[in-house]
Amino acid sequence: MAIPISYNIRNLKLRKGLTIMTALGIALTVTTAIFIMALLAGLQRAFVTSGDPNNVLVLRKGSEAELSGGFDATAFPVLKNLPGIAKDSHGEPMASGEWVVVIVLPRKSGTGEVNVTVRGMMPDGLEMRPSAKLVQGRWFTPGQREVVVSQSIHKRFLNASVGDNMAFGKGPWQVVGVFDAGGSAYDSGIWGDVNQMAADFDRQGGFSSAYLRATDPVSADALKHRVSDDQRLKLEGVLEPDYYAKQTSSGAPIRIIGWIVAIIMAIGSSFAAMNTMYAAVAYRGREIATLRVIGFSKPSILTSFVLESLLLSLLGALVGILLMLPLNGMTTGTSNGLTFSEIVFSLRMTVPVVVTAVGFALIMGLFGGIAPAWHAARRDIIAALRD
Amino acid sequence: MTLTRFVGKNAFRNKRRSILTVLSIGFSLLLLTLMMTLWRAFYLDEGSAESAQRVVVRHRVSLTFNLPGFYREKIRSVPGVVAVVPISWFGGIYKDQKPENFFAQFGTDPEEFFKVYRDIEMPADQLTAWQRDRQGVIVDSSLAKKYGWKLGDRIVLQGTIYPVNLDLNIRGIFTSNPDDKSVYFNAKYVEEAVSWFKGRAGTFSILAATAADVSKVSTAIDDMFRNAPQPTKAESEKAFGLEFVAMMGNVKAFILSICSAVVFATLLVSANTMAMSIRERTREVAVLKTLGFTRQTVLGMFVGEAVTLAVLGGLVGTSIAYLLVYVATHSPQFFSFFPLKVTPGLCLVAMLVAGFVGFLSAALPAYHASRTNIVQGLRHIG
Repeated sequence: MAIPISYNIRNLKLRKGLTIMTALGIALTVTTAIFIMALLAGLQRAFVTSGDPNNVLVLRKGSEAELSGGFDATAFPVLKNLPGIAKDSHGEPMASGEWVVVIVLPRKSGTGEVNVTVRGMMPDGLEMRPSAKLVQGRWFTPGQREVVVSQSIHKRFLNASVGDNMAFGKGPWQVVGVFDAGGSAYDSGIWGDVNQMAADFDRQGGFSSAYLRATDPVSADALKHRVSDDQRLKLEGVLEPDYYAKQTSSGAPIRIIGWIVAIIMAIGSSFAAMNTMYAAVAYRGREIATLRVIGFSKPSILTSFVLESLLLSLLGALVGILLMLPLNGMTTGTSNGLTFSEIVFSLRMTVPVVVTAVGFALIMGLFGGIAPAWHAARRDIIAALRD
Repeated sequence: MTLTRFVGKNAFRNKRRSILTVLSIGFSLLLLTLMMTLWRAFYLDEGSAESAQRVVVRHRVSLTFNLPGFYREKIRSVPGVVAVVPISWFGGIYKDQKPENFFAQFGTDPEEFFKVYRDIEMPADQLTAWQRDRQGVIVDSSLAKKYGWKLGDRIVLQGTIYPVNLDLNIRGIFTSNPDDKSVYFNAKYVEEAVSWFKGRAGTFSILAATAADVSKVSTAIDDMFRNAPQPTKAESEKAFGLEFVAMMGNVKAFILSICSAVVFATLLVSANTMAMSIRERTREVAVLKTLGFTRQTVLGMFVGEAVTLAVLGGLVGTSIAYLLVYVATHSPQFFSFFPLKVTPGLCLVAMLVAGFVGFLSAALPAYHASRTNIVQGLRHIG
């Protein structure tokens, strides 16, 4: 017969101080783990949800990122006239030659400078990125020194509101709009007219990449092959979502350091939980013996104590999650290893993150509880009753 | 029995609990020591004397832009500059794209390279051989060991940024401390193959006359190119490296928050143990007092016990940290721009933190215990 769980709950309540302190220790570990997982989840989202399956990104053969690419402008008309490209609102093939550069901007908080991606695009560039929605002002006008900034740039940097002037390249650029791209990699950028940008950075006569839009994902795949197979071009086509998915590796340093920290903390907390459970077992020697005399079996005592330890860690997990809640959605940035520029993303406490954190806490509880529980179940009844 | 021995015996009367406590505190302090090691490497360590004398100049906008090669002679004219050498990141692929086959590759000028990097050592005959062979490359001894390279071997680096594959002959194997894990070849090779890179350079490395000249030289260079189409950013080698750290996000806040979480966790664990063991001994305290021990002595005994356990934990933590860092930095896969080292000073700080936390954790319960009424204490049932 199993020992009722209310027995364990009452026991935890009896030694309030001990329970709270142990649970807090576990909570701190859980908080750290959630923090790291939420960071990674946010980063993952920034990349995985980026890119439209209808868009084909064209790069120079062998180059892995838009920044290390670069090809002659003469290739662009060839690209534009490839079959399978969707028509834009003027009935022209929807294609955009783009320049991507990285500039340095000082953070609003005054904590140093950050590399930010600036993208020059053709008018079609806006049309083929329907996921970017204007939230303030208007889009930039081709031929003008105007830029639109993403919402995260607007929040994190100086001079990034509508009407402000941003200084980069060869002079000031007027900010005319703020856009939101729903947490994708686009959310870390500044967009403007490609010719203006190229002139400012002395890159006329070429593009770092080109974007082509197909009518549907299947023809996008065909278009991709058509670009890569064209011997004249020496270019390579890649589906936009694939391009961004590859960049998720930027989170690797955070992932490694984060997990080392979480695991070391978890080992420490497990020892603490073990200590608490041993104390609980020691205090209750006679009680356990009595339970045995009444007829509870060894396995049910073992289960009961492991359960108590799990309850303790669950409490810790709950406190840990509560501690982290205010940080959910906090925005931060990290460097993209491929482009040397900053990607902005927010901490995301997704369901998998929370579930993993709870699982993490339960493992700690199990690890901390199993030895003391084993000990409790195996004690000699007569000796324990005499205690 | 002296008082110290009494404290020591008491600290380990419940062996299992003491060991668990020491281990738990130990792991927390292990983390604290690791974090402090990072902090020291990033923000406190000045680097070697030679490194402190070096300045790195890059394009003001970003590392991804290169600079005109003629800047080199202009920089040379700045007072306080002893030597200047171009250093251009190649970023090529060796064998395949697996991370273990990745290492840093730079194009440079063999004539002046060793005048700037005086802390890199290589036999003189190898240097002459490198300078004579335009396709020559010199490699770090740890890389040579890892890939089994010998003098005269050929390696091919497939260009990613530059549309050229470099066919290089190993002419020299150098040693550096800390391991720089890079290879250097003649930048002219790339310049000849890639038209748009002709007469360009990624960055310049400069040796200043003294470490004190570094900031003066940096400002002078930046001022010189302020209004040029390609403005520069000159900074010490250390500051240049820190930019990579800063790109990872707010690292300072990250380290600090982990450290405080860890210290707090240690406090909880230690306080928990002390509260348990003091409560158990209420009757003993009364006996001690009956025997004539003063309240101060009793208080001191408990605090001493807690400090002993915490410092032992600190010892365990710092030792493991030392071991981990040693193993990590000596593994062939490891590369860090910053020399990671667990110094005795760091260990001392960790121990002091441990001792202080132990002291804090015992203070309150010990104070209560020392104040309990003797008669009540004697009646106490544990």
